[in-house]
Order: sequence, then structure tokens, then C-alpha cells
Amino acid sequence: MNTLTLAVELAYWQQTTLRAVIGLVAVLLPAGTLVYLFLFKMMSFMQSRLGPMEAGPYGSLQLLAEVGKFLQKEDIVPAKADRVVFKAAPFVVLVSTFLLVLVIPGGPDLVFIDVDTGIFLALAVSSISVIGILMAGWASASKYSLLGALRATGQLIAYELPLVLAVMGVVIQAGTLNMQGIVMAQAQGEIFGFGGIGSPFILTQFLGFAIFLIAVQAELTQPPFDMPVAESELVTGYLTEYSGMRFLMFFIGEFATAGIFAALASTLFLGGWYIPGLDPTDNLFNVIGPMVLMGKIILVSFLIFWFRFTYPRFREDQLQTLAWKVLIPLSLINIVVTGVLKVVF
Amino acid sequence: MAALQGFDSLTSGDTVVAQNIAFGILAVVMIVAALRMVTTLNVVHAALYLVIVLAGAAGIFILLGAEFVGVTQVLVYIGAIVVLFLFGIMLTRGALGEDEEANIEKRRMAVLVGVLVLVVTGGAVLDSFGDAAVNRAAPSLTAEIGDSIFSQYIVPFEAVSVLLLAALIGAIVIARKD
Repeated sequence: MNTLTLAVELAYWQQTTLRAVIGLVAVLLPAGTLVYLFLFKMMSFMQSRLGPMEAGPYGSLQLLAEVGKFLQKEDIVPAKADRVVFKAAPFVVLVSTFLLVLVIPGGPDLVFIDVDTGIFLALAVSSISVIGILMAGWASASKYSLLGALRATGQLIAYELPLVLAVMGVVIQAGTLNMQGIVMAQAQGEIFGFGGIGSPFILTQFLGFAIFLIAVQAELTQPPFDMPVAESELVTGYLTEYSGMRFLMFFIGEFATAGIFAALASTLFLGGWYIPGLDPTDNLFNVIGPMVLMGKIILVSFLIFWFRFTYPRFREDQLQTLAWKVLIPLSLINIVVTGVLKVVF
Repeated sequence: MAALQGFDSLTSGDTVVAQNIAFGILAVVMIVAALRMVTTLNVVHAALYLVIVLAGAAGIFILLGAEFVGVTQVLVYIGAIVVLFLFGIMLTRGALGEDEEANIEKRRMAVLVGVLVLVVTGGAVLDSFGDAAVNRAAPSLTAEIGDSIFSQYIVPFEAVSVLLLAALIGAIVIARKD
């Protein structure tokens, strides 16, 4: 790994502070963009309405207004709730989200941590959020919350398997778990001897990409996989008793995780910060890399939110059937085929 | 390791101040959480204390440079096993508050088993490693772990896999009524 040469030498604590600030921006900026662009505007257009128009030009400051509104609200804890667990639950979900962003590279030298386990670490920390959801549902002392949390857990466990197995195909092809290594494998790869566009794994791993996106949709518990928060049956599931700041934390967690999973999908299948035709070791990518990645995040999350606003909700049994009887066998076949082809070629 | 540049002077030398401080904090947190886990009467709280203990264990693995093992600890124990514990507890006894059934009689047995496990595993670890030093200079690579599992340790690995499969099938057979 070559190191980034800066004009100033930074002490360890300065680097750490810088990383923390950039991490915050890297989590909150995509989350805000997704909420405004897709939840406020795209959904409105798909439903033949304008969406928020009052706050700022074209409603662009609506997000600040919403955050201000949530911050002013009273932080209500139900009388019979388990206070400590109830209050800690949103933090557990947010910790999972903030740990996820660490492995995503934004350029040849722009990494938070350049670890050997890479994508495996990301998938491991993404599973911590389940505990936060269970804590929230149980501590609320509400039947709606508990049912919502149990449904969410059943769903997250079921869809974590295809999520992990879909990534396996990419790992086999790239020959590494390291996210930077996966980007490089795509940038320097060739398709039947033609290296003009590198080898973005979406071409060879399209099945993996499709399974990954479906599983992400379910992991985010958004429509069509929103049984845990089905408003006609469970009010809002495990979120029912939350208000004000803590509700906002769950909300930010949901959309930040959507953005980060889109970033993971872009890095694994679309070449991450790389655009074809340039030298991947070029210092230029330290500048334009994050912007390229952001473009790809918006592209992938457009797909995610398009499905979200289009399809009706799955029934609970259909949801489990899809995971266990369709997605998991398909991803296992994908792994076997990829493994065989990797050995043959 | 561009990202961990600041750590280099701490990891490659003999003085490992940062690791020792981190280990101390982790150890205290783990011991307190472990004691609270076995003394609390609230079953869900006990499971949540177990999460803290397991996360601490993952932290210690990472401190020792066993990154893959640490991450696996998080994925398997925190992300799957404790979640299944919590899921089972909440499905069968959703009520909040303390559990009267967690009584003293079972505790005596639990203490006995606990001490027994401590003696056996502690003895095994001391016997096989003694006072051998840990190689902190190079973190273990995932590829090396994969190579050693699928070449040198292939027979034990397959045996454990078959054992797990048997347990899985056994659970299904016991659970189904017809």
C-alpha cells in the first residue's frame, strides 16, 4: 500500500479525528441525499404529486426542517418499559451502521481501515443491528413492538444467508475479501482478453447482484419486505413507542444503511470508485473517486427505492419461502458454478 | 497498512502500551458483564450482558492480530447465536421484569459446571502453550487460515462439519410431531 502524501504530516490523534469526521459525513450525506431525492421527490412524482415544496428552493431544505421538528419533540419512554434497554436500542442500530462504512474505499488511498477481512467484516457488523431491533421491540412493553421485532428478526436472519452467499461469488472471482482488492480486480480484469472496461463483476455475477439487491431490500425492512413495520397490522412494529430524537436515530439508521449497502453493492459489482479507461493507481482517483462512488450509490439506490415504491407487501410465509426455497439455493448454485469456472479458466 | 500507520511504532516494537491499556479496559468490562450476566434475574438482560462479553472476546482476538477469528466471533456469536437466544426467550416468555424461575438450586449446578469448564479449558491452554509468546509483529492473514483449514486440518474440519449437520438434523427430527 502506498501512502497518501499530504502537505502536512498529521499526528495519530489528528488522523483519528479526521477519520471520525469523514466517517460522519460519509454516513449522513448519502442518507440525506437518498431521503430527499427518493423518499421526498421520486415517490411524490411516481404518485403524481409534487412532494415538499415550501422549505427552501424546490423543498430542498425540508430535511433540515424535519430534523428540527424531531429534535423539539418530547422523548417519551412508556411507563412499563425497560428504560435502560429502551434508550440504548437506537444506539446499537447506529453503531452497526457507522461500523459498516469503515470498509468502503473511496479511492486508491482513501480508506478508513484497510483490513484483510474487508467485506466479511462488513457483513458481520451489519448483523449487530438485529440485536438493537430486538432490544427496541422487547423493551417497549408493547405487543405491537414485540411482534414487529420478532418478525424483523426472523426476516433478517433468513435474508442474511443469501446476502452473504451472493457476495461469495464475487470473492471467489476476485480472490480476496479486501474491498480495495475487489475494486482493483475489477479495474485490472479482462473479459476474454479485452480489458477496455475492466471487468465489473455485474457482468459475470449478475445473479449475485440480483440476489444481493433483493436481500438488501429485505435487510432494510422496506417494502415489499416490510412485514415487521406493516402499518395496517402493527402500527410501526418495533418503532411504535419511539418518539422524537430516538425515532430520528432509527430513521437515520435505516436510510444510512440503505446508502451504505448501495455503496457495498457498487464496490462489489460496479467497480467502486473506478471508472473505465483510466489508470486505477492514478492519484486523480483520490479526488474524483468519492464522487464516482456517490454516483454509483445513487444509481443502485434508485433501483432499491424504485422497487420500494412499486411493489405491494409480501405475506409472511411468501417472504420466508422466497428466502429459503429460492434465493439460498440459487446463490449456492451461483457459488458452485463460479468456483468451477474459476478453476477451469 | 496505510490506514494503521500511526500504530506501526506500537505494534512492531516490544513495548505495546496501547494494546495493554485496551486489554485492561476490555478485561474489566468483560468480567463485570460476565458477573452481571450470571447474577441478574432478568433473562433478556442476561443475554444482553452476554453480547458485551462476546464483543469483548472479539476485541481481544483483534488485539492479538487474529482479525479473521475476531470478525467470525462477531458474525457467529453476536449476529446469530445471541440473536437466536433472544428470539427464543421473547417467543416463549415475552414478559418484562425478573424471572422467578431462575432459582438457587439450578445455580449450584451452574457454578459446578462453570468451575469444571474453567479447569479443563484452562488446563488445556496452559498445557499446550505454557508461556509461549504471541507473535504480534504480523497479523494472521485470512488466506493462510483458509489454506491451513483445507489442507493440514481438513479431517478435523470435516468431522466438525458432519457433527454440526447431525445436530441440525437431530433438532429437526425432535421438533417435528408427525
